[in-house]
Amino acid sequence: MIRVENLSKRFGEIQAIQDVSFTVNDGEILGFLGPNGAGKSTTLRIITTYLTPTAGQVTVDNLDVATESAQVRARIGYLPEQNPLYVEMTAYDQLRFAAAARGITGQAFAVALRRVSGECGLKEVIHRPIGELSKGYRQRVGLAQAIIHDPEILILDEPTSGLDPNQIAEIRGLIKQLGREKTVIISSHILQEVQAVADRMIILNKGRVVADGTTAELMAGFEGQARLNLEVKNATDKSIAALTDRFPEIKIKDQTTRDGVSNLALEYPTGRDLREQIFGYAVEAGWVLLEMSRQQAQLEDLFRSLTLEEGGAHA
Amino acid sequence: MPDQLLLALRNVGLIFRKELAAYFNSSVAYITLLVFLLITGWFFASSFFIINESDLRVLFSLVPIIYLFFIPAVTMGLIARERSSGTMEFLVTLPLSDWEVVLGKYLAAVALIAVGLGFTLFHFATLVLVATDLDPGAVFTGYLGLLLVGGVYAAAGVFCSALTSNQITAFILSFMIVFVFFMLDKMLIFIPGSLTALVQYVSIDFHLSNISRGVIDSRNLVYFASTTGLFLMLAVRVLEMRKWR
Repeated sequence: MIRVENLSKRFGEIQAIQDVSFTVNDGEILGFLGPNGAGKSTTLRIITTYLTPTAGQVTVDNLDVATESAQVRARIGYLPEQNPLYVEMTAYDQLRFAAAARGITGQAFAVALRRVSGECGLKEVIHRPIGELSKGYRQRVGLAQAIIHDPEILILDEPTSGLDPNQIAEIRGLIKQLGREKTVIISSHILQEVQAVADRMIILNKGRVVADGTTAELMAGFEGQARLNLEVKNATDKSIAALTDRFPEIKIKDQTTRDGVSNLALEYPTGRDLREQIFGYAVEAGWVLLEMSRQQAQLEDLFRSLTLEEGGAHA
Repeated sequence: MPDQLLLALRNVGLIFRKELAAYFNSSVAYITLLVFLLITGWFFASSFFIINESDLRVLFSLVPIIYLFFIPAVTMGLIARERSSGTMEFLVTLPLSDWEVVLGKYLAAVALIAVGLGFTLFHFATLVLVATDLDPGAVFTGYLGLLLVGGVYAAAGVFCSALTSNQITAFILSFMIVFVFFMLDKMLIFIPGSLTALVQYVSIDFHLSNISRGVIDSRNLVYFASTTGLFLMLAVRVLEMRKWR
């Protein structure tokens, strides 16, 4: 269990994070989301003992990160944003070094190596110099290095950045698999990534926590815009314009007409469901309704509203 | 407590082996050693027959000058490269202390210097073959002095390497520091009388010449140990500074 309390970090004039508090429960995959420069890496670096906070406290399994740093480090597997690999070493040497630094040598290392090279798919490249490996394989070596001592806690700072879509899918799969038995914090600036792997997410903006919860929890209470796509036949421009006169809360975001078929994209506040009224209007105006589909306000809209607006406190 | 000491020694040994392997797996060790041996060999042999005396005094006065370039080249990458490649964040979040990291790296540099010195024993061996009145004691203390000076310079080099992520900057900084140490004794005439004793005590030549003459005085040993310790401590402090930056 990781407990972060009122954490602040200042680099000279720059306040990197301010009053950040959250907990991560055992066995949970926590997504750490925020635009670049929101303070994700700084927070993770404090948890991994790389940085010392200006104020606040972090405990990992009730061990204080500041005073019991060595024990905390022994429990954590960490993959920093910049993958820390010695390019002149082979993957084998790198893993052997990482294991030895954690007291795993000899037979125990052989066992650990078999486990991580299986999990991370390193068997074919294990004796190749890291400098010759592709970015995807390097990321796997970095991940293997982070889990070589089978830590209870795994901290991954933007583990998929710079990878191609296939490699991203692979690494995500791997993280999900590891998350079955470990506590994982994964940071990302990509919402879909966090949604795909994490149980719960924390959104950070300008050094502050602006949201904390599961997707459903975050979306309840969010007043966004619902979107309705309509495909109609026999709609005149006049009757389309009259729609917004009748229902002033509706905005027409997009409108195309081809061969008598019009595609309309409407937006209205999520709180109301106007589908019935729109159907009624279509009948009245003599439209032939070919398609009507609703898109709920998306998490992406929430993310954007939280991280773009000034001081968008929520949840 | 003994358990902790054993663990610390194991960790220092781990870093030591990693750095030594890095030296010999890359071209660093071979190039620096080659240049070191070429220069010492050339200058020693070319003046040896002119002086026509069966001792290694020429070698012992030559090596400290070559050290000025050789040691900064050996130490420049030790920490700077970890910074520039991003491996620093991994290294210091392993359950190792900053002391263990610095000491392991330092000892690897000293080992490489010792290998270089070891190769110059070749000159000693040829001397044994031809010389009649060789003083092995003086040769021993001469080498001991060179190793101690190398130790101080290497510690200064590790400190400079910790300061920056650029190896060239580290090289230039450590060159400047060891150059000052080297020159102090030669600048004594320009220094006011009241300060000469102090400056002389700080200069490395003063202590080296005592040892090279065959006098192993605790005063000199304390000097070498404390200077080395000071630079290593500074290096550890610099590493710790990342946390507070």
